[in-house]
Amino acid sequence: MATQDPTLIAPDYQTEGGAHIVPPVVRIKAVNDVLDICRAMSLWPMTFGLACCAIEMMATSMARFDISRFGAEVFRPSPRQSDLLIVAGTVNKKMAPSVVRLYEQMPAPRFVLALGNCAISGGPFKFENQYGIVEGVDKLIPVDVYVPGCPPRPEALLEGLFEIQKKLTGRRWWPEASEASGETK
Amino acid sequence: MTFLAAIPSELIHIVIGMVAIMAFVGIHVLVLVYAERKGAGHIQRRPGPFEVGPHGILQPLADAGKLIGKQLFTPTNADPILFWMAPVLAVFPVLLLFVPMPFGPVVTVQEVNLGLLLILAFAGIGVLSTMLAGWASNNKFGLLGAARTVSQSVAYEIPLLLAVLCIAFQKGSLNLSTIVEGQGSWPWQWNIVTQPLAFLIFLVCAFAETNRAPFDLPEAESELTAGFHTEYSGMGFGMFFMAEYANMVVVSGVCTALFLGGWKGPGIDGVWWFMIKVYALLALFIWVRWTYPRVRFDQLLNINWKWLIPLATLNLLGTVFLMKVF
Repeated sequence: MATQDPTLIAPDYQTEGGAHIVPPVVRIKAVNDVLDICRAMSLWPMTFGLACCAIEMMATSMARFDISRFGAEVFRPSPRQSDLLIVAGTVNKKMAPSVVRLYEQMPAPRFVLALGNCAISGGPFKFENQYGIVEGVDKLIPVDVYVPGCPPRPEALLEGLFEIQKKLTGRRWWPEASEASGETK
Repeated sequence: MTFLAAIPSELIHIVIGMVAIMAFVGIHVLVLVYAERKGAGHIQRRPGPFEVGPHGILQPLADAGKLIGKQLFTPTNADPILFWMAPVLAVFPVLLLFVPMPFGPVVTVQEVNLGLLLILAFAGIGVLSTMLAGWASNNKFGLLGAARTVSQSVAYEIPLLLAVLCIAFQKGSLNLSTIVEGQGSWPWQWNIVTQPLAFLIFLVCAFAETNRAPFDLPEAESELTAGFHTEYSGMGFGMFFMAEYANMVVVSGVCTALFLGGWKGPGIDGVWWFMIKVYALLALFIWVRWTYPRVRFDQLLNINWKWLIPLATLNLLGTVFLMKVF
């Protein structure tokens, strides 16, 4: 489900050359683990919707689905304060520079979730000789988790969030859907 | 020991008091963050933070850890000294505001006979920090947010002062402890009964001064990204956050002391009455925030200049007149 992003292995302090990483002077594993759990439990997304998937993103933050249960309802309007870029919808070529810019404006550690088929691959807009659509946001910025669907259900977005938490901390924090499916309504 | 004896006891008193205040503010910021998000959740018919700890009780801790662990970022072309001075200036004067706060008959860090003046004076530094933040971050949204804050805070400080002055005239003191002692234990002996208009004006101004909804125009997301703290990441933003909640506690405390009888209440007087009233006011703040939409900027200033200032002036004149007559 997730591609390995090099920025996740070590903190990505960009050097003057713009190339690589300065390893930290002191690295205490326990502290890093605690910070990673904190980060996983407080992934603030950016208020950034591109198309119809954004409607599902809004639905996820509302009653019934309520992303705030997992501490991720604080939609920050400024990229400087957000940890998670949910690319919710079609990225057309005109919007592409803005998406890249927003990603670059986010301070580390940052995560990208491609929500919906358009953000993953261009979705229904991918056909021969099309000229307006970026076929997958991973052509522009590194993506951590892909959530397929057209548009994905709010549950799928929550699952994507859990996947990012798993990526950060190395374990899944919440019961699997299959375990809970024994419950009938 | 001679060295210790050379330290004036007043200084030790204040140092201990400041440490206690820092702990108090830190705890209350965490509690308020939790209360706000839970309150928002329940008002919108959802549970709010729920899974991080039992009923999401560890959520503010996770947020704090996240903010501390986030990369600190200074924009190019921003003035780094001013840029990082602003969040510090936002938090530390607020701590000072707790010094004359009358928590209880003996639980006051330092009784200052100009306590009210001290609070009003140092509260002004908060505006300065906001302005610095917007100005130094070299960002158009930051600058616009800062401009809004300044005009809003300066405008709303006038009716706030006039409302406070009514109480000061009535009680003949600027010492918060004296003002509390001038009120009785029963609700009908509180200043809110003799000065209901001043209380309302104070409350409205308190919302505006703390930049809380419906007057949160300095950080209006829909038009200003995040306003004056657009460029702040990690703990820079966290400190503005802390300052906002600490300011709410200060405003509620002052309101309690001035209008709601402070530590006095039916039964036994004490710190608990003060805290209960402060929490009730904070709950009101949260309730209002998640109930009312934001006002427009011209509406905001119209409320102030056309209603609050004339009303506060009339109220003050009336109070002075009655004080002179009786």
